[in-house]
Amino acid sequence: MERPLTKNIHIDRPPLNLKEYEMTGGYKSVRNALKNMSPEEVRSLIQESNLKGRGGAGFNTGMKWSFVPKGPDAPATKYLIANADEMEPGTFKDRLLLEGNPHQLIEGMIVSSYAIQATTAYIFLRWAYKEAALRIRQAIHEAYEAGYLGKNILGTELNLEMHLHTGAGRYICGEETALLNSLEGKRASPRAKPPFPQVSGLFGKPTIVNNVETLCNIPHIVNHGADWFRSLSYSEDGGTKLYGVSGRVKKPGIWELPMGITMRQLVEEYAGGMQKGYNFRGALPGGASTDFLTEQHLDIKMDFKTVSAAGSRLGTGTMIVLDDHTCPVGFVHNLQHFFAQESCGWCTPCREGLPWVERILLSIEKGEGRLEDLDLLSFHTTYLGPGSTFCALAPGAMEPLQSALKYFREDFERHIHDKKCPYNGNHIH
Amino acid sequence: MATIYIDNKAYEVKEGKNLLETCLTLGFNLPYFCWHPAMGSVGACRQCAVKVFKDETDTRGRITMSCMESVSNELRLSISDADAVQFRANIIEWLMTNHPHDCAVCDEGGSCHLQDMTVMTGHNYRRFEYKKRTYQNQYLGPFINHEMNRCIQCYRCVRFYKDYAGGKDLDVFAAHNHVYFGRSEDGILQNEFSGNLAEVCPTGVFTDKTLKEHYTRKWDFTSAPSVCQHCSLGCNIIAAERYGELRQITSRYNGEVNGYFICDRGRFGYEFVNSPLRIKEAKLRDENSKDLNKKNLLNKTSALITPGKTIGIGSPRTSMESNFALRKLIGAENFYQGISEQEASLHKLILEVMNSGIAYIPSLKEVEEADAILVLGEDLHNSAPMLALAVRQAIQKGPSELKTSLPAWHSLALKEFIQQEHAPLFIANPLKTQLDELAQASLNLSPAEIIQLGYAIAHHIDSASPIEHLLSESLLKEAKAIAKALSKAKKPLIITGTSSMQEGLVKAAANIAKSLKTANLCFVEHECNSLGLAMMDAPPLEEAMKHVFLNDTDTVIILENDLYRRTSSGNVDRFFEACKEIIVIDHLHNKTTQKASVLIPTGTFAESDGTLINNEGRAQSFFQALNAKNELIQESWRWLNELFSLQKGISIKDRTSPHELLEEIAIAMPQFKGIAQAVLQSDFRINGQRIPREPHRYSGRTAMNAHDNVSEPKPAQDLDTPMSFTMEGYRGEPPSSIIPFYWSPGWNSVQSVNKFQIEIGGALHGGDPGIRLINNKEGMSSYYDNNFVPIELKDQEWLAIPVQHIYGSDELSIHTPGVTERSPQPYIGLNKLDAENLNLQDGSKVTFETDGEEVTLPLRIITELPRKVAILPHGLQDFNCHLPIILRIKNLKKSR
Repeated sequence: MERPLTKNIHIDRPPLNLKEYEMTGGYKSVRNALKNMSPEEVRSLIQESNLKGRGGAGFNTGMKWSFVPKGPDAPATKYLIANADEMEPGTFKDRLLLEGNPHQLIEGMIVSSYAIQATTAYIFLRWAYKEAALRIRQAIHEAYEAGYLGKNILGTELNLEMHLHTGAGRYICGEETALLNSLEGKRASPRAKPPFPQVSGLFGKPTIVNNVETLCNIPHIVNHGADWFRSLSYSEDGGTKLYGVSGRVKKPGIWELPMGITMRQLVEEYAGGMQKGYNFRGALPGGASTDFLTEQHLDIKMDFKTVSAAGSRLGTGTMIVLDDHTCPVGFVHNLQHFFAQESCGWCTPCREGLPWVERILLSIEKGEGRLEDLDLLSFHTTYLGPGSTFCALAPGAMEPLQSALKYFREDFERHIHDKKCPYNGNHIH
Repeated sequence: MATIYIDNKAYEVKEGKNLLETCLTLGFNLPYFCWHPAMGSVGACRQCAVKVFKDETDTRGRITMSCMESVSNELRLSISDADAVQFRANIIEWLMTNHPHDCAVCDEGGSCHLQDMTVMTGHNYRRFEYKKRTYQNQYLGPFINHEMNRCIQCYRCVRFYKDYAGGKDLDVFAAHNHVYFGRSEDGILQNEFSGNLAEVCPTGVFTDKTLKEHYTRKWDFTSAPSVCQHCSLGCNIIAAERYGELRQITSRYNGEVNGYFICDRGRFGYEFVNSPLRIKEAKLRDENSKDLNKKNLLNKTSALITPGKTIGIGSPRTSMESNFALRKLIGAENFYQGISEQEASLHKLILEVMNSGIAYIPSLKEVEEADAILVLGEDLHNSAPMLALAVRQAIQKGPSELKTSLPAWHSLALKEFIQQEHAPLFIANPLKTQLDELAQASLNLSPAEIIQLGYAIAHHIDSASPIEHLLSESLLKEAKAIAKALSKAKKPLIITGTSSMQEGLVKAAANIAKSLKTANLCFVEHECNSLGLAMMDAPPLEEAMKHVFLNDTDTVIILENDLYRRTSSGNVDRFFEACKEIIVIDHLHNKTTQKASVLIPTGTFAESDGTLINNEGRAQSFFQALNAKNELIQESWRWLNELFSLQKGISIKDRTSPHELLEEIAIAMPQFKGIAQAVLQSDFRINGQRIPREPHRYSGRTAMNAHDNVSEPKPAQDLDTPMSFTMEGYRGEPPSSIIPFYWSPGWNSVQSVNKFQIEIGGALHGGDPGIRLINNKEGMSSYYDNNFVPIELKDQEWLAIPVQHIYGSDELSIHTPGVTERSPQPYIGLNKLDAENLNLQDGSKVTFETDGEEVTLPLRIITELPRKVAILPHGLQDFNCHLPIILRIKNLKKSR
């Protein structure tokens, strides 16, 4: 089983420096692309590989790049941004790539910048990833020294300046347009789409924002081809995927596996199954803003299409497991507390609706709930859905809630009936 | 045009608009908060949701924010769709989770957009059972009150204050349901347009603090359409009265002039009307003023007016009617402009240029369409604030070559796209201005350098225009760059004015405009009727004085004019000594009224009907809002007309209406042709009814005077206009020139102006009010010569020039407590190096001699001020009136 993304990552030693990285074949894709391929050839190769955005939305990366205006009338300045603001609760996959092999990301960004003809690239890094910041800074420095960044890269006409930007700790900055505002020094509220960042992004110029994992795949596709990349996968989405599991499993962790491995394999084989005395009740398959899946879904493939068909989303591919000793109401309340707090405050439904939801869940959890409260929760899951709000934060927040109401309704009702939490308030913090 | 279907009915609508403004234009009631017609859409509040369908067969549709969707042909939407109706009610329910139930004690109540929208959506039952979030409020200065608990986070305040008006000290802080709109710490809001927050805020977070001092609900006001008196732009305002007191000024929409906004001087400068300085009693020599009723005052005054032996001095701060009535009373040959020769000749020159046809004179709205602007010698934020706001809008639109498919309403997206790429703006002024931050180049130069820069620009564009003198290489380079940018523009605009009293500026600006061929040219004058007075083409004040000195003149009538603000006090004193009788008509006590042998009280704008001519030559009428319970307080023109009747032996009862007076003006002076169209005839009626100044919910009229008399008094009669001082009358939409307040069923707030417009943000039904009198035609045949005379300054001499202060330079608004608080104390400003040479520090006392007088003022060191230029704030002290002059600084010793 090939693990292109993580094969050079070893937790027990520091990341490869540039020399070591080059010895493993690093930066080969930069040579390949710059010397042998046109930007458009790179782009269409990526589209053909069926690499889907690993940030959670799962949009074809090459297709996304195709929306960048080209030709003489297009703005000369374009930007590439690596979205490394990984703040989704339960998600820690990009951290592995950032701390484990920063050169891989830089390499991917150089090739991607070439494909979209960007001359400036930013890495927007989560504030708390202090170790990653140190390592990326070092790697960027090395890449400049070696001539992979700066003017006339490898003697070609390509110029690329790369900057690391560390955020201030706001979940909403993971939303690409809020990220752009933040990077411009403005308040991190999302922007209206259209216009999409591909057309009017950072400083009003065409901009591509890609997730770290997405960008890390680029060198390997350029080096080995689209067919190879698709062949790595068990499903129609190309490549491998970083899957993670947290919760009361025996071996919580993160693994690079073929895209489309089943949930059961992930939980039972890789995470070692549930801890002794705990049973599996359900899981958020791809971070906090995805719908619960339950035991009945254990055999589905963890790819974008199949998880969607099961009523959830692959999201970031990092699963949070709910066990039978943990209160689902408290679990969801904890998530809603997070989302309410991280709402940017721009649009009404999110800003006012999420705190209301949080208050209701808290009162249910404290045994002060009423049956009508369940209607109010459903009211919110309906009216905070996609299209109602300015960005995807609130609709994402509603996904665990609506599925919890669906799969664990009896828990909610018991709280209200018993006027207390049957789990004695036990939930994951 | 496009065809769209709203609830399955077809409508022909304009393309390029969003669905919200389209629906509102069509008359639908669709609620909204964050959208504002002048500020566009941002999609934040989600209140204006409708359902949009893919095609005829689509029955599900999708919820869409109407403000964020463009009109497209064959688009189908539903406003009444059940989901959309529910969605809009939900938004209010969410907003109400934290909104206090304090309508009864909220200043916004009764004119609250949030109340209106709540009723419109039908939300009425509270399901949120938890505690509301609360905030600390801030002290924001004398004008604006802050009550953050009421905030519904529509973001309009910051969008107006920061993005639209360029303010720096109001922002949004924190996040989620605790976002906070205010300053980083308590303090006076610095922006000159802060008062608009009270109108832009859809609820009671930002309210008019001056109104709080004498609070009245909107429905209890007697209001009148009026025109701002505090600068030359003529912004339209609504003046509102209760208990015989002027209590509030709000903006009155005029699509061509001020649009939706006014500046803080205009909004908050009104309290001079209620000032203790008001002249409420007449004075006639030594007679006890209590005995002077209107009749004997008129008779005794009339006896002092001898034909041929009386002269009249007009005023740039009163109406055309009053100036004309004076002229009529004493004869055209005896009428003088009440301004200095220097200012009068400057105005004459401006009029000559305006009439010459070399350039179009734009309205404020047209200023917003300029794509390259040059400002010569004006600090617009202080001399004509709303013009500064218009310039900002033009420049922030970005250069004309910036191409985008984004519609104009998509304001944040446009802002993000345009970023810092502003349309070219160039400013040459002795001091820094607030617009400098938008300018490609802002040059702090002496008046002479500014003028020569102007000549250099014109010469560079067309070498037939006279060449500049004495300009440094670097300034020549700047001139070249400015010339290039102006030549490239499709709608270049040159702005200059009378602030620094330099004829050379007007000539240089005219030459640039002529060289460009298709330029717009905009002049700023000092006072609300400066241009109107200038158009009367009478001799200046010095001529009046000369006349009195040389001839056997018995009486001088001074109309609403403090001559001590016009020329040196020595001159005025000598003049008054030479006059036998000094009849002064005015409303506030000043140094001139103290010299009056006959003092006749008059109405301020709030107690008067009248017409002003603004800086673009637009005649606009204002109407009486207040009925003073004092027969002596009436318009100056009425006093003068009555004196005229007495003189001619005509019965006073045959009164002349403002419309008739304006018709007379047009006959007597053809340059005013058409001015009478500015007002409707007094017998204009709709369905036989007058336009009421009071809303139909006006309350208390049987009670408010009951402590005096239990029988309800007869309401005041208005024989001059088609309006009434009552709540009875025509309830439909009044003609655009006489809209006393904005109200429409379901729309109690100022947002109801939507219902008065042909299209949202466009002209009022029947056209925006005002008649443009300058329709230039003649065509300036040749360029103005460059009459450059170098000024020789000795060691102790400085060229003193006036600077304008928004709070302080205007004669009337300064008598308002909040404006006084914001006004600077008199000072003299010098360049840092000049001060160092004089061994002076900031705050040192500087003694200088001007016009024989010795004056001592504290020093302000102004880093950017050119060497050997001193500045004195206009209007704060009498001696500043005849600047520029050369002054001698006397103290060369240290003063610590």
